[in-house]
Amino acid sequence: MMPKQDVIPEQTAVSWPIVMSVSMAGMRRRFSRAMITMVGVVLAIAFLCYMLLNETFVQSMIAEGSDDLNILLQNANVDILSGGGTDQMTVLLIGLTLLTSLVGIINAMLMAVTERVREIGTLKCLGATDQFVVRTYFVESAVQGVCGSALGMVLGLVVSMVVNLKTYGWFALKTFPAGGVVVALLVSLGAGAVLSVVAAIIPAYMAARKQPVEALRVEE
Amino acid sequence: MSETEYLKDAEEREEDIVIRAIDVKRHYHGMDGNVTKALDGISLDVLRGEYLSIMGPSGSGKSTLFNMIGGIDSPTEGMVFIDEIDVAQLDSYELAWLRCHKIGYIFQSYNILPVLTALENVTLPMVFAGNSPSEAREKGMAILETVGLGDRALHRPFEMSGGQQQRVAVGRAIANDPVIILADEPTANLDVHTGEEIIELLNKLRDERGITIISATHDMKMLDVSTRILWIRDGKVQRLEERKNLNIEIGRIESE
Repeated sequence: MMPKQDVIPEQTAVSWPIVMSVSMAGMRRRFSRAMITMVGVVLAIAFLCYMLLNETFVQSMIAEGSDDLNILLQNANVDILSGGGTDQMTVLLIGLTLLTSLVGIINAMLMAVTERVREIGTLKCLGATDQFVVRTYFVESAVQGVCGSALGMVLGLVVSMVVNLKTYGWFALKTFPAGGVVVALLVSLGAGAVLSVVAAIIPAYMAARKQPVEALRVEE
Repeated sequence: MSETEYLKDAEEREEDIVIRAIDVKRHYHGMDGNVTKALDGISLDVLRGEYLSIMGPSGSGKSTLFNMIGGIDSPTEGMVFIDEIDVAQLDSYELAWLRCHKIGYIFQSYNILPVLTALENVTLPMVFAGNSPSEAREKGMAILETVGLGDRALHRPFEMSGGQQQRVAVGRAIANDPVIILADEPTANLDVHTGEEIIELLNKLRDERGITIISATHDMKMLDVSTRILWIRDGKVQRLEERKNLNIEIGRIESE
């Protein structure tokens, strides 16, 4: 009896729609936790978006050069001469917020892996490749990240508009920096997406390393 | 007997062998340098279309052997061939292919993926095998009919009884027309009547499709329908007996 290894065909990838449906199913099952993870992303991205928007607003208002507006700006403690640039402290704060949110997502994803050990084992028994398992976790994290960022973006925009309208009145609309706002929104969305994908690296790797034997474990 | 002799010997025989384990050893290295010999040299041939039951107390190496012939663990020493494929030489992708196409697994606790419907559970292995979704759906429906769940295709696991879930698991196991079904105490979580139905179903699949069934079990009803029964103790084959040479009654087993 000679081994006939050659019957096994070349590796083919499982299509993305299937990956999507499996990871969506995972999220639906643990909807509340997916939501909590998402809230972390929403808050971090809302904060980032708010800070970016405020800076564009202030800069556009300084450029306007109106005296009435300058008084309002001074009342709001904006350093007009330095161009209203964000100081180092604020940058640090934004960085920390994003980092905290990153750790939060990693934590949630790791829990999802430990909780689903048997499920991963079963999938592997059914013929799922490591690549498939990795993909499902990336998709899960990316969906949470992108949805969270989108919500955070909207939240940041709303808060920023309210605050600016309250402080500067109709000047905020008159000097509305459309281009700058779009850039700020896109940067926030991108940051959220990158954050979630980076967060999924370790959990996805751990999930892929789980062995099919785990499927045989009997739950106590 | 050396491996080459064994292989030659096998060629001379005309029997259709699905699984061949040759002097399989599996050692686990403990923290303190101790070596646990879970399997200590087991050789076994499983014939196509037979119904083999593996018995043994916990810690006997039963599960290890089971994993070994199921392609979910590889031996420290010795060789395992599944449908003529040498398991030890496969990389992780090839193992996934083997598990997908050659083996169907049935678990004690069903392991049906929650959230997915019965049909989705059954079609999942076909999707892994590369079938198109529409093909998979069609075949999945036919399989659900076979296992008697034709009217429950869109039900989710929590809407089904244990017996029905195990039927979904059987359906999922046969999705890619495997050569072997590995069943790990498939009736342990079911009541007697439902357990019997599952056993009947497995037996039907064996008769109609010639699928080899290997199960780890203590269920007398399962032993009763087996072709052969293997006892494992301390990592070695303690006894391998054909069903017809045994006198099985509920509650005890005797050799004639």
